[in-house]
Amino acid sequence: MKQHKILIVDDEPNIVMTLEYAFKKKDFGVFIARDGTEALDIAKKEKPDVILLDIMMPEMDGFETLKHVRSNNELSHTKVVFLSAKNKEKDIEKGLKLGADAYMTKPFSIKKVIADVEQLITEK
Amino acid sequence: MNNYTIGLVIILYLAMLFVLAYFAEKNKKSKWTNNPYVYTLSLAVYCTAWTYYGSVGIASSSGISFLPVYLGPAIALPLWIVLMRKVIRISKQHKISSIADFISMRYGNNRQLGALVTITSLFAIIPYISLQLKAVSETFSLISVKGSYESTGFFDDSTFYIALLIAVFVAFYGTLSSDASQHKKGIIATVAVESILKLCFFLAIGIYVSFYLFDGTTDIYNQASLQENFEQLTSFGSIENGFNWLFTICLSIFAIFLLPRQFHVAVVENDNESYLKKTIWLFPLYLLLFNIFVIFIAWAGNINLPDTVNHDYYSLLLPLQQDNYGLAFLVFIGGFTTVISMIVVSTLALSTMVSNNIVIPYGFIKTLVEGNPEENTKRIKNIRRMAIFLVIIIAYFFYIRFSVQFSLYSIGLISFVIISQLAPSFFLGLTWRRGTARGAEIGILVGLVIVFYTLFLPIISQAVMPEVKFVEEGLFGQAWLQPAHLFGLNYLTPESNAFLWSLSFNTLTFVGFSLRTKGNYRERNYAEMFVNHENYGNLQEGGFIWKGEAYVADIKRLLIRFLGEQRTNRALRLFNNKYNISETEERADARLINFSEKLLTGTIGSASAKILLASVSKETPISLVEVLNILEESKETKATNKLLREKSEELSAMAKQLKGANEELRIQDKLKDEFLDTVAHELKTPITSIKAASEVLEDPDMPIELRNQFLQNITRDTDRLDTLIHNILDLEKLASNSTELDLQTYFVHQTIQKAVNGVEQIAKRKNVKIKVKASEDVKATYDEDRIIQVLTNLISNSLKFTEPRIGKIKIHLEEHKSDFFIVVEDNGRGIPDEDKEYIFEKFYQSKNQNIKKPQGSGLGLAICKKIVESHNGSIWVDKKAKKGTRMIFSIPKENETT
Repeated sequence: MKQHKILIVDDEPNIVMTLEYAFKKKDFGVFIARDGTEALDIAKKEKPDVILLDIMMPEMDGFETLKHVRSNNELSHTKVVFLSAKNKEKDIEKGLKLGADAYMTKPFSIKKVIADVEQLITEK
Repeated sequence: MNNYTIGLVIILYLAMLFVLAYFAEKNKKSKWTNNPYVYTLSLAVYCTAWTYYGSVGIASSSGISFLPVYLGPAIALPLWIVLMRKVIRISKQHKISSIADFISMRYGNNRQLGALVTITSLFAIIPYISLQLKAVSETFSLISVKGSYESTGFFDDSTFYIALLIAVFVAFYGTLSSDASQHKKGIIATVAVESILKLCFFLAIGIYVSFYLFDGTTDIYNQASLQENFEQLTSFGSIENGFNWLFTICLSIFAIFLLPRQFHVAVVENDNESYLKKTIWLFPLYLLLFNIFVIFIAWAGNINLPDTVNHDYYSLLLPLQQDNYGLAFLVFIGGFTTVISMIVVSTLALSTMVSNNIVIPYGFIKTLVEGNPEENTKRIKNIRRMAIFLVIIIAYFFYIRFSVQFSLYSIGLISFVIISQLAPSFFLGLTWRRGTARGAEIGILVGLVIVFYTLFLPIISQAVMPEVKFVEEGLFGQAWLQPAHLFGLNYLTPESNAFLWSLSFNTLTFVGFSLRTKGNYRERNYAEMFVNHENYGNLQEGGFIWKGEAYVADIKRLLIRFLGEQRTNRALRLFNNKYNISETEERADARLINFSEKLLTGTIGSASAKILLASVSKETPISLVEVLNILEESKETKATNKLLREKSEELSAMAKQLKGANEELRIQDKLKDEFLDTVAHELKTPITSIKAASEVLEDPDMPIELRNQFLQNITRDTDRLDTLIHNILDLEKLASNSTELDLQTYFVHQTIQKAVNGVEQIAKRKNVKIKVKASEDVKATYDEDRIIQVLTNLISNSLKFTEPRIGKIKIHLEEHKSDFFIVVEDNGRGIPDEDKEYIFEKFYQSKNQNIKKPQGSGLGLAICKKIVESHNGSIWVDKKAKKGTRMIFSIPKENETT
């Protein structure tokens, strides 16, 4: 089976570290970006299966990044999961409307994140 | 000059007046006919042939005593702002169309009083009009070819035809509407134009005489001073003469209010009371211009024409003597213009009074009640036209028969004395509530009798029975009854004598009888409304006190007779709408009665209106107590209204305040929400990190180095949480001012050094240089720990944003008069310009809410700002700094310990 690729986008290095460890352990190909711009560059190159996306980041925010991802045909199969401390109803709604496949709030359980991501991939 | 040429010019001139009036009527609403200048010029109808010719005559024989007649109005005009405004408001509200109507209404629509005022006015004005005609006739013969003008009877007397043409003009333009209170723009426009013409022509002759015939006014003075009676002509005279001056001034003050023509132009034709503001200085200016050259023309006449009998016509004779016919003719036209405007307005005013206060109330009410609207309008107009012709024709015959004996000046003064008999009932009526109709009537009658005895009897007795010596010896040989020197006062002129005694007795009788008689309820009601007009201005219909039974249908039928079906229906509809009265209401109330009375007053006068309404209603007298109650109530209503209005204003002000406070709270609330949101987010980040790290640490296979790394992360995130919470609490403490500053005096450079020591280790680790430049003698009072906190914060920020090795931080102290400045400067990446304004806000975020600020709690600068402000200082970022960041804060050296 082909190795799945996941792109983790967050500006908090400590959080990124935990996710990176966990997904590597599950045999994912893990890529890391610190902001939206960097994320798009990597996404275009690597065409990950899943993008874990924070919302509040310097330069380009998560919503904006998602819009770019969704407008790119080559990334049509990429699943996007928001991972954000913003837990208001309107933010969740907005994220899903923009085309995110899931929205998870911080603080999160790593097990749950992994389970959800795996489920999204098998649904494909 | 040829008679026919003169006649032709006169006819052309009158034709021009017709055309002018026509256009003014067509452009009723235009600003050319509605402005303060036209209004002021129309008031100049005050200047008649008396002014135009007579003043010169008086100046040549009695010196400057022509002046008080013009000083009076000039003194009185400022009074207009108060008094005339009141008169105009009352008149507008009640559709008053003449002075007779005004006085009659004040005393309860009294029919007799209205008639008496009218008759008094006729006595005063008709001789005056005839003197104007005389002036036209005499000047006509002066400028026509010598001897060619000999009138043998009125059919070949040009004056007769001129009088007739004037009557036609007034009859046509004065009765366009049957409502006499309607404005007559056509007539007023011609009067205004004539006022300009007469002033121009008079100034022209003045300039001609002073600067062509003589070498300026000084030359005239020098030559005149050689004449024998010059002393008398230029001096003011003794104290006795001063009394004469005083009385003449009073007389003319009354005249400017009471002369029917003045009342007409000033009150009835006024279309905006704000005109008064311009008028009070423009009109005196006009009078001044008119009087500038009088004295010089008079002296010039005395010098050049020593043998002339009638000095009145110097201004005509002087150019004629030089064979300057052109100028003489201009002067003649000016005089003619003056006469026409006076006769036109006087006749108009008198005819309205005659028809509305004598003919209709005494003779035609019955006929009018039975007639249909078209007939009635025609009838009323015809009555008024007849009155116009009658007035002019009587004046003409008076002129033919009597005018030879009088000069313009004396007849003018007599006219003033007669009209001033209205003064007590007019002026006291406006200011004194107790005045009654009976008092007014008897006062006026007594005044008239005294005028007759003192002014007319001597003239008549001289003409009829020259042998009777009562003028010299007094009646029954009693010296104190000498007509011209009543009570032994022998230094007054006959006119001043008559004025003093007639007016004194008139006033005394008026006051006496008013105090003794109790007026009926109508008189008391109107007295209240006239005197305290401002109190009842808002009541209008409601202010009228009436009790009784009346039916709307009857009143409507009555109104239709005079106004026609259409106007009546429209008026009643407006009335019902205004007071919210149902169309089907059968009973008429006091308001409708008063409203209808007002509608009828303009057409048939107030006395007739009262009589007519009484005929269709059953009125029951109302007791004094009831009257006072109603008046009191209306006053209270007004007071309550005022109170309510004030309360409502207060409430709306309060509502506005509340709204403002609410808005403020809303903003505060929103800020608080945002703050909490941000706090929550900031707390969640380290918690997320800690939770995730703990979760992965469960993995038993994790290499030891990685395990240590995660544990270190957890520690650091915990520290971060701790700092954040500490900062939040600190900031809230500072914001609520609940911390007290520990104020003591320190050397500032020492404090700076302490702060630098605290961060030295970090700086060394990062390889950034810190340089301090501070003089050692600056002392100040502050909380040292807090200032160190500020400094540490600023230096830490600088450390965060500068590059290792090349990074430099400079701190220097500046001492100013009363405060000290500390500047913290670095060569790091600097703050974007658009952010500089906001960096001191807590958790400042750029406009885009989802973009994260650089690392840090986001509270440091907010705390610094609070600390500096609690020391009464300020902190800011230097916007001009080119590279890096330059933060500055200033603290006063002396801080009050609180």
